[in-house]
This record gives sequence, C-alpha cells and structure tokens, in this order.
Amino acid sequence: MAEPLLDVENVTRRFGGLVAVDKVTLAAPQGRITALIGPNGAGKTTLFSMISGFLKPSGGAIRFRGDDITGEPPHRLARRGIARTFQIVQPFAGLSVRDNIRVGAHLRHRARDDAGRVAEEVSREVGLAAMLDRPADTLTIAGRKRLELARALATAPKLLLLDEVLAGLNPSEIREIVPVIRALRDRGITIVMIEHVMQAVMSLAEHVFVLAEGRIIAQGAPAQVAADPAVIEAYLGHGAAARLGAGASDGR
Amino acid sequence: MRSVAPIVIVVAVLAAVPLVVQSNVTLNFLGVALMIALAGQGWNILGGYGGQYSFGHAAFFGTGAYVTAILQMRYGVNAWPAFALGILGGALVGAVVGALSFRSGLRGSYFALVTLAFAEVLRIVASVAPITGAGVGTLVKLDLRVAALQFESRAIFYWVILALVAVALVVTHLIERSRFGAWLVAVRENEDAAMALGVNATAVKLAAMVISAAITAAAGCFYTQYFLFVDSGIAYGTWMSIEALLVPIIGGVGTLFGPLLGALVVRVLGEAALLVTGGAPGLDLVVFGCVLVLVIGFSPRGLMGGAADIVTWLRKRGARRPAGEAGHG
Repeated sequence: MAEPLLDVENVTRRFGGLVAVDKVTLAAPQGRITALIGPNGAGKTTLFSMISGFLKPSGGAIRFRGDDITGEPPHRLARRGIARTFQIVQPFAGLSVRDNIRVGAHLRHRARDDAGRVAEEVSREVGLAAMLDRPADTLTIAGRKRLELARALATAPKLLLLDEVLAGLNPSEIREIVPVIRALRDRGITIVMIEHVMQAVMSLAEHVFVLAEGRIIAQGAPAQVAADPAVIEAYLGHGAAARLGAGASDGR
Repeated sequence: MRSVAPIVIVVAVLAAVPLVVQSNVTLNFLGVALMIALAGQGWNILGGYGGQYSFGHAAFFGTGAYVTAILQMRYGVNAWPAFALGILGGALVGAVVGALSFRSGLRGSYFALVTLAFAEVLRIVASVAPITGAGVGTLVKLDLRVAALQFESRAIFYWVILALVAVALVVTHLIERSRFGAWLVAVRENEDAAMALGVNATAVKLAAMVISAAITAAAGCFYTQYFLFVDSGIAYGTWMSIEALLVPIIGGVGTLFGPLLGALVVRVLGEAALLVTGGAPGLDLVVFGCVLVLVIGFSPRGLMGGAADIVTWLRKRGARRPAGEAGHG
C-alpha cells in the first residue's frame, strides 16, 4: 500500500454534549481515491471540516505529508495543498465563473493574467470552458458542482476533499463527472470523497471508510464494505442484515 | 493603459471646471463634494469591495482632521508633514479597530456597531481631552502660503482635493486589478469559500481597513486645511460616518466611480433642497433619506449599477431589433 498522504488519528469533535466524531482513525494513501460513506448525521462533513481547518478537533491528531497540521487555519492548509469543496455549494455569486476560479488560482499565482490562464486550463479540465464568462449564479446545480471542483483544483492541491460533489446530479450528469474525477486521480491528486451515490463510490474508490454515529464501523474494498452486515444495519436499522439475508435465501 | 482612460477623462473634466467657473460659491460647493467623495472612496474599499459595512468612518476622518490640526498648533509641525501624519494616524486607528474587530470574528451588523462605537468613543474623548481643545475645538492659524498648505484661491484648494480624489481612484483601480482585490471581493462574496481557497480573510480585511481608513483620513486632513477649524462634532460626529457610506451606496458600492458620482448627486440634491425651502434645517437630510430609499428600492447596485443595467438592456434591445426586421424582410 502506498504511503499515506493524510493521516487522521483518533480525532474527536464534541459539540457540547454531542460527540459528532468519536476517535476516528483513517488514512488516505498517496495517489488513490478514498471514499468516506455513512448515513446522514454520521459526522462525515464534520470530519472534513476538521481536516480542512474550519473546525478544531477536540482531540486527536491530523497529519499531512508527515507534518502535524491539527488546528491549522484553512488558508494555511490550502497553501500546504489541501483543497475542499462544500457540500452546499458556495459560489462567489456576484462574480463570473472565470473570476470564481481565478480566486483559487491566485493562491499560487500573483499576476492576474497568470491566474486567468490557470482558470482557463482548469475550466477545460472540468468542462466549464464554455461558461467562463457567465455569472456564477446562473449555473445549474451540475454547473455549480463543477465550479466548486474547478476552484479547488485551481489551488493546485495535492489532496482534494470532495464533499458530495455528485449529490443532486442526475444519472447522466454523474456519468459525465465520474471520469473527470478519475482523471484527477490519474494525474496524481489524492482524493478523499464523501459520497452517497454508491454506484460512483463502487467505480471510483479503492478503499472505503464507513462512518456511523461518529465512529468508523467498517473499512475495506468497496464490494467488501457493501456486504458488511454492520454497514447494512447502520443504513437500514438493527436486524436489517439478517432480514435481508433471510429474504435473499427465501427467494432462491 | 487603456483601462485608466476613464480615470484620466473624469479627472481632466473636473480639473477644467475652475477654468470655466470663477464663482467661489460654486468652487466651494464642489470642493466640499469632492471631500465627501474622498471619504466615500475610503469607505468603498472596505465596504464596497470587502463587504464590511462600517458605520464609523468618522473615526478615521476625525483622526486625520485632528492630527493635522494639533501637530501644527501644538507642536509647530509644518502643514505638509502634518497632513501626511494625519493620513498615517487615520490608518493606525483603522489598524487598531480592524485588528480588534476582525480578529474577534465580528461580521455584518456586529462589525457595523463596533465601528460606530469606536467613532462615538473618540468623539466623547475629543470633546473633553485638553489636547483637542475639548469643547472649544482647535483653530488652525490663518497663513495663506503654499508652505503652510493654505491657498487664497478656492480653485487651488479645489485642485488639491481633486488630486487626492484622483489618487484614490488610481489606488482603487490598482486594487481592482490585483490579487489582493480578487481576494477582497472573494471575502465579500463568501468568506468561508475564500478561506478554503487559501485566502487569509482576517489579513485581507485588515489590509482593506487600513487603506480605507487612510483615504478617509485624507479627507479629514483636507477639512482642517480648508476650514482651519475642527471640533469633536465635526471630526467624529455621525454626519461623516453617514456621508461616507451614503455616497458610495447611492453612487454604486464596489464600483470605481460610485463614491464620486454619489457625492456629486447627493450634494446637488441637498443644496437644491436647501435653496427651494429657504434653508430649512435638516431638510437636506430628508432628501438624502429619500434618495437612499429610491436607490435601494430600484437599483440596489447604485447609480453606476443602474446605468450598467440600462446599457445592457439597450444593447439587448438593439440586438433584438435587427433580427426582428430581418424576419419581416
């Protein structure tokens, strides 16, 4: 297994009495796509927020390329090479698509023209090239998801945290964007994705972590995890795995 | 170079006014309008581009005014360095207010209230502190020499304030085109998204605050040299905080020429109201209020935004008509 780019160790986050993330340990190997799945409210986004610096962990450590980055602010993590997208898209609504992406590109390029050029390159990569001069708030949901991706990519990240980039897309839009994500992995970007669309998780991820009620309850290859009784129960309720198993044998 | 052409044209036209108009009343009126425009340009950097609405820009205007006056009268500093130090003093107050409010994460109306409070505290302190002349205020000695930055001719004063406005226009233009400007607008549009893209939002806002404060302070320095008198009500009174945010909002927040246009419109309307009613006190303020309501109601992006909308609409109409005619043919 490749050496982990990101190392999350025993990370905990409490909100008052609620433990949203409870001693989670996971690793994202260099150059791979790792998926993080789990039912709603499992703490996936909270975990992402801690990795990207928007929330400080109550305990535990996060390491990136061997450096301890626990509690560093988002802008410094972005400079280190960690980029994230938001589950609820956060475009700069008053700006054009080009200006949106350029903000990301400015992280590594001071000159306006250089940043503009990067914005154009990135827009081609994610399929937004035709919409560069449109105001961001006129994009469709699929367009906005691509914009989230484009802005993050413009920062030239080593680690990309994708928070449900496929949510809200129709099947054909998903089929279009899956190869885009795979191409990013192929050019060396390590990806951790939160995703509910299992078809995409199955086809993209090499390793899956399952989070439920703040804890990692299973991990492994996608097919292996999907068959795990603990995972099925987390999604469908206690005893579901047994009932499904019984149903399957009855049907046979 | 092409992109600074509008600035050059606007400034050249305004610079030509004293060559045509000799009336001291008119030049005085325009000079004050430009001073308000300058204060508004300062506000516009932070409020218009950065989205941080300050209700207390009088804190910077007043500091500029007082520093310029006090250095000359109490410490015998020449007017020119006193003017420069006044700008620096305003920037310093901006840095302190900005550091305190942004580092503690104040946003939106909380930020607005804190800036208002700072301006009010300064006003109260200035109205009792001996160094500011307390309730009496500070009078600057009349000394009509270039070396003392005082001019007999209203026209020269007019050109001085116009030069300051021109500098502020160029600074604003450079910010618009720079990485800092892109980050500042990103913070205005969505602070979290900006942070995720590597923008140090606190540092960006603080820098904008310092530049903003320095420009508005320059208006205060000019006030002192022009009227040769400053007291706590003039320097730190809410009138300046209101004017500084009113003119960019009416002219167009986050636009290059918004504050300038807004200041001219607001001043002309205010003056017209006073003329029509024979100088009923406070009526110009009523007019300001009405204009503000109209602008926010019909063109939230101010007169500049409204003008841009009309141009787009005309272009669209223009584009549609030939197509229609072709259809008929």
